[in-house]
Amino acid sequence: MYTDKVMEHFLHPRNVGTIPDADGVGEVGNPVCGDMMTFYIKVKDGRLEDVKFQTFGCGAAIAVSSLVSEMARGKTLEEAMKITNQQVAEELGGLPPHKMHCSNLGADALHKAIENYLQKQSGEKVEPAGKSQQPEAQEEHLHCPFCDFVLPENAQLCARCQVKLIRCEHCGDYNREGEETCRHCGAGLV
Amino acid sequence: MNGFYADKQAGAPVRPEVLEAMLPYFSENFGNPQSLHSVGQKAARALKTAREQVARLINCQQEEIIFVSSGSEANNLAIKGLALANQARGQQIIVSAIEHPSVLKAAKFLEKLGFRTVQIPVDHQGLVDPGKVAEAISPETVLVSVMMANSEVGTIEPVAEIASLCRSKGVLFHTDAVAAVGNIPVDVRAMGLDALSLAADQFGGPKGAAALYLRKGTKLTPLMDGGVQENNRRAGTENVPALVGLGKAAELALLEMGDKVRRLTALRNRLIEGVLNSLDEVILTGHPQKRLPHQASFCVKFVEGEAMLLSLDLEGIQVASGSACTSRSLRISHVLAAMGLDPSVAQGSLVLTLLDGTGDREIDYFLEKFPPVVRRLREMSPLYTKYLQEKRNVH
Repeated sequence: MYTDKVMEHFLHPRNVGTIPDADGVGEVGNPVCGDMMTFYIKVKDGRLEDVKFQTFGCGAAIAVSSLVSEMARGKTLEEAMKITNQQVAEELGGLPPHKMHCSNLGADALHKAIENYLQKQSGEKVEPAGKSQQPEAQEEHLHCPFCDFVLPENAQLCARCQVKLIRCEHCGDYNREGEETCRHCGAGLV
Repeated sequence: MNGFYADKQAGAPVRPEVLEAMLPYFSENFGNPQSLHSVGQKAARALKTAREQVARLINCQQEEIIFVSSGSEANNLAIKGLALANQARGQQIIVSAIEHPSVLKAAKFLEKLGFRTVQIPVDHQGLVDPGKVAEAISPETVLVSVMMANSEVGTIEPVAEIASLCRSKGVLFHTDAVAAVGNIPVDVRAMGLDALSLAADQFGGPKGAAALYLRKGTKLTPLMDGGVQENNRRAGTENVPALVGLGKAAELALLEMGDKVRRLTALRNRLIEGVLNSLDEVILTGHPQKRLPHQASFCVKFVEGEAMLLSLDLEGIQVASGSACTSRSLRISHVLAAMGLDPSVAQGSLVLTLLDGTGDREIDYFLEKFPPVVRRLREMSPLYTKYLQEKRNVH
């Protein structure tokens, strides 16, 4: 199911751990969905001097975190903000379609840690590179019910986690195909 | 290299005696049981023997056995076939919340035809309360289906009790006994069952061979139309070699039942105690006593099932998990959800089903390899770090 590179990172993950006096911390995911990642960074002269992570999740989630930490180490903040989910997945030799959402989480967690550092520095907010590629939410509830990815108006499949989607005719919220009632308004789904 | 295959429910080797019995029916005894000539009649006799062997295992008459291709087919035939043939009684079907998808989705299909389904919840050990079934039965109820045992959490359901209350109300009762037959004693007469599904691959037989027991005189609408096979209830040329294998496996299972149950129960208990003693924050899922002899299942907090499964596989240990990440649907198992397990805890699901040949050596090996796997994954888990911090703060 996984490439050799994914298995190698899963078995021997780089940079596992926490940084007690971290300059920035970023947490994404939710144990309910199966994946949760926390990234810790140390910044010196505008570069990521140290990157550590902890991950609760499947083999892909652990491998992705390990690779992201490796890619980010030594990079400038700007460079690290440009690490995309696509790059991570490619670097790992690909991920099964239903595991693609894991690659998004890794880059998101790193970007969140950098954001957290920048906020601490100046109070200024910086949009992560990965996020800016997503369409803007037109309505508050146009998110994937599984991975929270922002979805366009007429999505049938989440581009991130590949979950099949169905829209509630009543409130317009996205639900997973096969659900009986809308998670948002409780109306029956056809 | 040491190894321990503990995923019997997903796939198991065909027993050598069974394979030997099957082999001639691929080549020299190739006849079609429906042919009247001697070559066909040889196959027909083999099929009759297999039917008798299966009937003996569950204590029914051989005419009450309908051969099919899988446990899923047996369940579909039971749910759809019984509901459609008997809908004059009513259009309500009652199932438990932890049924196999082949039962739940067959019921869902019937809803499109106007049937209504009631799902009976289970308690935190996965038990169905017969009282709740009794409450749900209405004059509209045509069929109740509750599984005999759940392979994911091991719990054995009180089907005899449910069957008897269904009987008293004139409602048909089916049980999906795919995980149970061949692994625990099953007697359809003593239990008072109308219909039961079983599958050969769960007790040393081949894949592709299964059966539906149907009490004599029960009306059934066939799902497969065509020839007269299986007394007009399931058309299609019989898979003779596989069914010969099912028969042989049934014969052996009946012969060895008592010893096997005792031996595997002792091993399973040692496995469960070993795991619970060597690791903290691990939950046994399912009922501690009322469970399949060859089944042990856990939820390991702060780690995810697929990560454990992959790590164990590299040590030569094969297990299953009901976590969201191991399923292609990215959802935790409906069984764990129905038992009210916290979804984040259910992510740490691990399911072991032991082959007949499992011995102390395999259990020792697992108990040696498993705790380090969990410790390694916990060391990289942010949830475990948080748990330790909270624990420290309390003290």
